[in-house]
Amino acid sequence: MQVPAQFQYERATSVAHALSLLTKFGPESRIVAGGHSLIPMMKLRLAQPEALIDINGLSELARISVEDGTLYVGAMVRHADLLSSAVVGEHFPIFHDAERLIADPVVRNRGTVGGSLCQADPSEDLSAAFAAVRGEAVIEGTGGRRVVLVREFFTGPYQTVVGENEMLVQLRVPISSSASAYEKVERRAGDWAVAAVGAELRIEGTQLVSVGIGLTALGAPNFHAPEAEEYLLGGPAVDERFAEAGRIAARHCEPVADQRGPVDYKRHLAEVLTVRALRRARTRWHGNHPQEA
Amino acid sequence: MEITVTVNGQQHTRNVEPRLLLVHFLRDELGLTGTHWGCDTSNCGACVVWLDEAPVKSCTVLAVMADGRRVRTVEGLGDSTGLDPVQQGFTECHGLQCGFCTPGMMLTARWLLDHHPDPSEEDIREAISGQLCRCTGYENIVKSIQWAAEHDTAAAAVPEESTVDSAEVSA
Ligand SMILES: Cc1cc2nc3c(=O)[nH]c(=O)nc-3n(C[C@H](O)[C@H](O)[C@H](O)COP(=O)(O)OP(=O)(O)OC[C@H]3O[C@@H](n4cnc5c(N)ncnc54)[C@H](O)[C@@H]3O)c2cc1C
Ligand code: FES
Ligand code: FES
Repeated sequence: MQVPAQFQYERATSVAHALSLLTKFGPESRIVAGGHSLIPMMKLRLAQPEALIDINGLSELARISVEDGTLYVGAMVRHADLLSSAVVGEHFPIFHDAERLIADPVVRNRGTVGGSLCQADPSEDLSAAFAAVRGEAVIEGTGGRRVVLVREFFTGPYQTVVGENEMLVQLRVPISSSASAYEKVERRAGDWAVAAVGAELRIEGTQLVSVGIGLTALGAPNFHAPEAEEYLLGGPAVDERFAEAGRIAARHCEPVADQRGPVDYKRHLAEVLTVRALRRARTRWHGNHPQEA
Repeated sequence: MEITVTVNGQQHTRNVEPRLLLVHFLRDELGLTGTHWGCDTSNCGACVVWLDEAPVKSCTVLAVMADGRRVRTVEGLGDSTGLDPVQQGFTECHGLQCGFCTPGMMLTARWLLDHHPDPSEEDIREAISGQLCRCTGYENIVKSIQWAAEHDTAAAAVPEESTVDSAEVSA
């Protein structure tokens, strides 16, 4: 029987209360959202916080909305809610593609978007999806709010810019195109990615005027592929160029060998999945999407 | 810390350690051993129960997180008038072999049918994809859920709150 070590437990009633509890309990305290990463780690003693601050009661963090050309996703939005949201599917099919492949329906009932990003596991699917669409993370601390690009949110495996007395409260994404997609290879249903790639593009005339590519489980710094994006930008959205972008993305990432596969296999997947994600995103381009807000 | 959880319509108040997992609370504190406990790593789904409106893996939820909330276990399927159609389906179609995965499978099936009264085979397989049957009886489990969908007359309602059971027990 695996049971976590002892800890103190406090239920936050507001963001301000959660922040004051973080300050009160200090560096050995942790926020618990869905607990689906943290509790397993506590059972294995990979994490041993002295206090848990439960933010499940913060319904203000559980909202999804679209306002002024921006999608807002609260940190406590569950995977299942992101997947069932029609407005998310309309503007960001990439999130529905990704959510369908994250864990299983029961885990998705509990795990949260904020928890996924803060966990910063190199295999976290939403990190690459938000990196691809250039999402922003809204972080709140006792001194106020700050906004950080998701592409600058991660400081290393399992590490983010969220400070000891801060918490992630929201993710927001400018709506500029619904031409996005997520492609993942896993060993079995509901498993973590062997490799996965997300892409978003915007076309004017024949030219790609914006491209985002996110990589999961491939050792890409900050979960994205800037060299491949740069290569594609300003050129036509054609297969030959997608193929080259795939080769560039594969060359610039740093996958590690593990039980999911050797490095050359993962690099191969980086290439193939980049092409697939770009192509699938292109099929979703209808030319009439709102400009970036 | 003191928590009050409504399990299958009945309120239970207990004093528990924060580290007590919901699965152990149900089994060891309340004696509801229908909730099984298998892998302990959130993978097998033997421990699935409903927390408020949706199935969750109770080996990865703290009992204190269920304070003030409703839980539904396999003991809360069916009522005095008879079995839930899902339970009947498992009987009709040989959906259980050793029975270890069965409670979790049935609770997820009930949830699926409440939201999706006419699921395709693919919908059923997707719904139970986070739950392992060590006897690998998936074919019959899928058939059982299909049977239940065909014979589901009224969506089974969560029972009303009834008696109160209060005791002080330390975890
Ligand atoms: C069986 C299984 C399979 C899975 N498969 C996949 C998969 O295929 N792909 C995938 O991407 N994920 C997968 N996951 C991970 C799952 O998606 C994450 O566990 C979950 O989303 C993390 O969210 P949580 O709310 O449970 O976070 P928690 O476990 O509650 O928290 C995780 C970390 O983030 C911190 N944290 C949480 N919220 C905040 C906040 N608002 N501000 C600051 N810090 C915060 C916590 O302190 C903790 O350090 C799987 C999980 C399981 C159990
Ligand atoms: S015991 Fe909870 S998922 Fe296996
Ligand atoms: S019937 Fe034996 S585990 Fe499923």
